[in-house]
Amino acid sequence: MLADAARGFLDEAAPVSHLRRLRDEGQTEDKALWKAMADMGWAGILVPENAGGSDMGHAAACVLATEMGKTLASSPFISTAVIAATALRQVADERANAALAQIASGDVTYALAVDENAKFNPEATQLRGDREGNGFRLNGSKGFVVDGGDADRLLVLARTGEALTLFDLPADREGISREAKSMIDSRDAATVSFADVEATGEDVLGQVDQAMTVLKPAIEAGQAALAAEMAGVAAGAFGMTVEYLKERKQFGVPIGAFQALQHRAAHLWCECEVTASAILNAGRKLDEDPENARLAVSLAKARATDTVQLAVQEGVQMHGGIGMTDAFDMGFYMKRARVGAEWLGDYGYHANIVAQARGF
Amino acid sequence: MSETTEQLSTFQAELRAWLEENCPQEMRDGRNDETTICWGGKNWNFTSDAQRTWLQRCVTKGYTVPTWPVEYGGAGLSRDEEKVFHAEMARINARYPLQSFGIWMLGPALLHFGTHEQKLHYLPPIARGEVRWCQGYSEPGAGSDLANVQTKCEDKGDHWLVNGQKIWTSYADKADWIFALVRTDKDAPKHKGISFVLINMETEGVSTRPIKLISGVSPFCETFFDDVKFPKEQVVGTVNRGWDVAKYLLTHEREMISAAGGSMGTGRPLGAVIADCETGETDPVLRGDAMRAEVDTLAVELTLERYKDQAEAGGSVGDASAMLKYMGTELNKRRLELLMAAGGSDALEWDDGRAPNWLRTKANSIEGGTSEVMLSILSKRVLGLPG
Ligand SMILES: Cc1cc2nc3c(=O)[nH]c(=O)nc-3n(C[C@H](O)[C@H](O)[C@H](O)COP(=O)(O)OP(=O)(O)OC[C@H]3O[C@@H](n4cnc5c(N)ncnc54)[C@H](O)[C@@H]3O)c2cc1C
Ligand SMILES: Cc1cc2nc3c(=O)[nH]c(=O)nc-3n(C[C@H](O)[C@H](O)[C@H](O)COP(=O)(O)OP(=O)(O)OC[C@H]3O[C@@H](n4cnc5c(N)ncnc54)[C@H](O)[C@@H]3O)c2cc1C
Repeated sequence: MLADAARGFLDEAAPVSHLRRLRDEGQTEDKALWKAMADMGWAGILVPENAGGSDMGHAAACVLATEMGKTLASSPFISTAVIAATALRQVADERANAALAQIASGDVTYALAVDENAKFNPEATQLRGDREGNGFRLNGSKGFVVDGGDADRLLVLARTGEALTLFDLPADREGISREAKSMIDSRDAATVSFADVEATGEDVLGQVDQAMTVLKPAIEAGQAALAAEMAGVAAGAFGMTVEYLKERKQFGVPIGAFQALQHRAAHLWCECEVTASAILNAGRKLDEDPENARLAVSLAKARATDTVQLAVQEGVQMHGGIGMTDAFDMGFYMKRARVGAEWLGDYGYHANIVAQARGF
Repeated sequence: MSETTEQLSTFQAELRAWLEENCPQEMRDGRNDETTICWGGKNWNFTSDAQRTWLQRCVTKGYTVPTWPVEYGGAGLSRDEEKVFHAEMARINARYPLQSFGIWMLGPALLHFGTHEQKLHYLPPIARGEVRWCQGYSEPGAGSDLANVQTKCEDKGDHWLVNGQKIWTSYADKADWIFALVRTDKDAPKHKGISFVLINMETEGVSTRPIKLISGVSPFCETFFDDVKFPKEQVVGTVNRGWDVAKYLLTHEREMISAAGGSMGTGRPLGAVIADCETGETDPVLRGDAMRAEVDTLAVELTLERYKDQAEAGGSVGDASAMLKYMGTELNKRRLELLMAAGGSDALEWDDGRAPNWLRTKANSIEGGTSEVMLSILSKRVLGLPG
């Protein structure tokens, strides 16, 4: 099974100690790891077979993301293999197919540059794409561009008059400057500034003024995969915690013998199970009925955000003092969970979508 | 059994047409509360002609127990067909034609542990709504510690003789029969001396005394057995191995209780219900709480479906039913708290009707095993924690 194979690989190639080493070395990227993932078909998991992908679908992408979450594997999987690949697939012209092939091979990575304020809100985009001659001139800046410090290309959402347009630009286009930020989860995120960046019609992904046709499915796919990753983060933190409850002795017995902790651990397990259902449902819906996946995706992201927060907080608490130390891995889970909670819409953003879909 | 998509859509079309033709308009209000449920039984007073007609029509098709085998009164539906069945019922907001402890609890236990004769004898009357059952598990000294049951059942050669007391027996005063846990071996370790028996409530020596609930109604009783004799063959499974039957039945009871919590009877989104009750502007705090409850409800419902699929595919729900029960009932309590809050002072009057439902949900996390017991089961059996 995909999950078992992925787990075997990740335990070996990208355990938490791998992320820790990258952090200690001041790195956010391991090109060799991404290449190895690409060789296994992960980079091309949403790329059609004729473009060199494995085309296994969103449910499978969620399975991979969950496994990555368990070990906090650091890679541009969601930005590149899920979000950018889904966006490019909506277009599927010759140029897009060539780009998909480069994603599948692991040669090109992407980042999604949408956010401008502290909260996710694509519709509020201000970065300007002023029409000039046959092309556009981009001015403004994007923040919290996840994987944007290391990415080869950027999907940039810009305001073109009243409407929004999505641009697919090389990250080294003249006028683009990137500032990698030091993030709590030790992963890559950047602020990207655009000063008179010239873009042509060729650089537009999809149609001018119709960014959402391409972006909406891409964002939904990314949200589902991120929810799946968060479920994995929760599972990873939970697994460590249950093991610790069995090992750690106080008052002459394993602390897992105390009902006060047993019931909290059991409650957490229940939350994880319920969230897993929401994620399975989102993956399936994206594969089977992508036009109508909005509710399923937001449900998954909301639930995963909630569950992972609980899992990491209980994780630290039930470990006592050692849970607070940097030498111990739990803190890495807590910090990744916080980033995952914010990226692509926080709990309130998604719960609100659920509520609206349910008529209130 | 798995049918082609084509077979499934044929089934759906036929079912839809049948429902359109046969479900009385009055039975299409989606209600499933204490005042509208059809419990059936010998002494059942139908609340309307429509309720009677709807039951009778469903009985002819086996739709009171759609997944039971046809020979026992069911429609023999597969899991996929069952999903279609529920979806089509929900589409027209149809009430369940019949609900009962026989359907939810005894039926599944008999299907699993009963002899062919027992199934033929007991199941069809349940399916037809002719016999109403109650559950005699709890005793004053055996609640969460259910295996501590003390009701004494002696082998008298050609019959059994029972003496003892049950408590919290829901609808014992309305039921025709009781399935009960009794002690048939007082010297064996406590789990190994229990039998699962079936007793006619009209038998001499059986009596009940109603207990009033905080919700104002009195659906449960103390049940007394004084020198009650009953036939030898009215034991399900092996004598002294009744605990196996009891546990199996409990997993079904828990799924049922959590399922009832999930769809909450009306099957309507919580927010829409809240909006109905509101008089003024939307209260942002209430809306926020309702949003959370709605997110959790949808996810718990998906989890129920996932586990049902798993069970259908041969996997066992087993201990995870404790999770479904715990999550479903705690959620249901939250939802009813929100409904009360949305109702404001209107909801405080008995005549308004919300309060009894709200109070009734407080029992959800007690009956069928308390939330704490569910968490203990999970921590030991699923997480493997010590103690
Ligand atoms: C930032 C920080 C500063 C500190 N500063 C000091 C200091 O200045 N001086 C000092 O002496 N110590 C200090 N401590 C240590 C602190 O007091 C201990 O971490 C604390 O007492 C918990 O002990 P523990 O870490 O061994 O956890 P454990 O005792 O192993 O507990 C692990 C988990 O089990 C739970 N648990 C344990 N026993 C039971 C029980 N019977 N029933 C239910 N649950 C139980 C705990 O609540 C916890 O969730 C500090 C700790 C931290 C994190
Ligand atoms: C409305 C309603 C209908 C019912 N219908 C029926 C019926 O039809 N047939 C029937 O047989 N029974 C029925 N019951 C009984 C029900 O199954 C019991 O009430 C239930 O099993 C709890 O037992 P108890 O009431 O004796 O509580 P107790 O077991 O005394 O529990 C009291 C409190 O202590 C907690 N507790 C107990 N043991 C532990 C432990 N080991 N660890 C942590 N906490 C613990 C419990 O969780 C609870 O909060 C019904 C109950 C209600 C409320």
